[in-house]
Amino acid sequence: MKSNMMTVMKKELTRFFTDRRMVLTTLLMPGIMIYLLYSLMGQGFSSQYEDSEDFKAQVQVEALPESMRQIWEQDVPLEYAELSGAQEKEEALEALSGGEGEYHLVVSFPEDFDAKVAKYQVSSGLPAPAVEIYYNSSDTDSQSAYGIMTGMLDSYESALANKFDINPEGEDYDLASEEDLSAQVFSMMVPMLMMAFLFSGCMAIAPESIAGEKERGTIATLLVTPLKRSHLALGKVVSLSIIAILCGLSSFLGMMLSLPKLMGDGALINANVYGFQDYLLLLLVILSTVLVIVAVVSIVSAFAKNVKEATGWVTPIMIVSMLLGVTSMVESLCKTEPMWFLIPLYNSVQCMNGIFSLKMDMVNLAVTVASNVFYAGIGVVILTKMFDSEKVMFSK
Amino acid sequence: MRELLQVRDLKKTFKISAKQQKIQKTKERIKVAVNHLSFTAYQGEVFGLLGSNGAGKTTTLRMIASLITPDEGDVVVDGTSVVTNPSEVRRKIGFLTSELKLEEFFTPNYLFDFFSDLHGVEKETAEKRKRELFDKFQISEFAEVKVANLSTGMKQKVSLVVSIVHDPDIIIFDEPTNGLDVLTAKVVTDFLLELKAQGKTIVVSTHIFSLIEKICDRVGIIIDGAMVVCDTLEHMTEEKSLEEKFFDIYAERAGESYEK
Repeated sequence: MKSNMMTVMKKELTRFFTDRRMVLTTLLMPGIMIYLLYSLMGQGFSSQYEDSEDFKAQVQVEALPESMRQIWEQDVPLEYAELSGAQEKEEALEALSGGEGEYHLVVSFPEDFDAKVAKYQVSSGLPAPAVEIYYNSSDTDSQSAYGIMTGMLDSYESALANKFDINPEGEDYDLASEEDLSAQVFSMMVPMLMMAFLFSGCMAIAPESIAGEKERGTIATLLVTPLKRSHLALGKVVSLSIIAILCGLSSFLGMMLSLPKLMGDGALINANVYGFQDYLLLLLVILSTVLVIVAVVSIVSAFAKNVKEATGWVTPIMIVSMLLGVTSMVESLCKTEPMWFLIPLYNSVQCMNGIFSLKMDMVNLAVTVASNVFYAGIGVVILTKMFDSEKVMFSK
Repeated sequence: MRELLQVRDLKKTFKISAKQQKIQKTKERIKVAVNHLSFTAYQGEVFGLLGSNGAGKTTTLRMIASLITPDEGDVVVDGTSVVTNPSEVRRKIGFLTSELKLEEFFTPNYLFDFFSDLHGVEKETAEKRKRELFDKFQISEFAEVKVANLSTGMKQKVSLVVSIVHDPDIIIFDEPTNGLDVLTAKVVTDFLLELKAQGKTIVVSTHIFSLIEKICDRVGIIIDGAMVVCDTLEHMTEEKSLEEKFFDIYAERAGESYEK
């Protein structure tokens, strides 16, 4: 009878891997979809950035000062037309407000702007000469033009009192290495996404395997055999964990391959910064995490009368796990004392954070893996008791 | 004769939920499903449990099969108590009820192997037995068809075959011919007689009088969870048919006249 656990595992794995629909939707699709989605999103962002390089703000300007004319006639992303008189300005504002016409901005300088600026003393306490920029925030081109114009005027304003420069061109002042940048991005984003992927994998299979068997009456057929309840519980948890890990890894692979594309090709984000040891540690954390998640989802599924009820009960737990995933993004919530690594799921998130930021504390990792295996063990014991309980198994 | 199955003073109660109280129009919070029920089945005999729906037949059989635990009393299967050693009891019996379903995704072939493994049947023995049983029940040509695609009768045959993969000495069948077409019902009935001839001990619950008359040696009549009569079929049908006898007892017990 020692192989009964293996028999149950074999059945669960056969059930999954011989069902082409399940393999496609649960195992292959998530990885492929994440890869395609992130890659397309990255491509979209990049093309938007490229588009903005060709963009030229179309500006109507009132009382254009000579200083500005000289700047605007240089190589700047701007084309302008001058307004003459209040009537024209009124019409230009009306067209901009209605989102009509080809112009994105109406800029109004005070008369004798250059002279007023030259005379103005900050210490006088009097109001400074004001430039009015009219734009339409519901129009993205108008918003972009507004950004270009304010940037240009800010630079001009700074240049008037140019006493020192910050980071003059021609030098690389960002000292972060490619490794640091990748570590920062991956450590912030991956733990939360990974928790979501692992939980989704478990949710796709565990309710079906346990609550589904109760609902269809097939679990009773197993319970009248000499199969020990502990073997049934262990067989289910281990086989479901294997499937959930494969589902999680599929999503993980899709994410790691596409994240650099999502961040843009110039962002220097590369998963190659992690070595074999990092991935091995990650696998350990994932393994222990999946055991905990499968145990929890299995217990909930065993309580539920059917798959629908089980899925309904598991959803809030998934939301909690995703909230815990967010803790990797908030530095004050990233604790380093080993005691914190006894908290299930939080410990997994923090371990993944540590691995991806290349600052993993081995004691904390050991505490995480050991405590997760311990919690999963408790889960198996509870599940065994539940399989032995006629109230739980045969409640209607 | 050797006592292979002893049911001793079994009692089982169920809590009635508020919803069920409304449906059943009762204020009782507890239903006594089986009330101090006892009987013995001897080696090589077929024992029939006869009763109306809700009389407690299925609950009794489920306690014998160790699917549920008795509140009081015990069942001893070939010397093993169902209360203290349920896992060993499961090894000794074969149990079939309409409640037990097969995973529809799998084929009869896979399911037979799977349940043989769970019962610890040797590969060679299992293969031989599979061939015999599949041939007997004409399952062979559907051996690789998923259960979902089988007819109701074929599903029932597969369920039966799967329940006895380990060739148990004690076989418990709950309504074995229920819902079957006449041809399949005959195959099952003939098989029960064959098992009897092999010296197997069989307990069947049914409300089909003809089935009892055809295969049973002794009969127990259950009304409201209690065994009201337990006797040999021969003795019970000395003066009247089994059907007449049952309704006489039922009317007497229920305290109301039964109109034939």
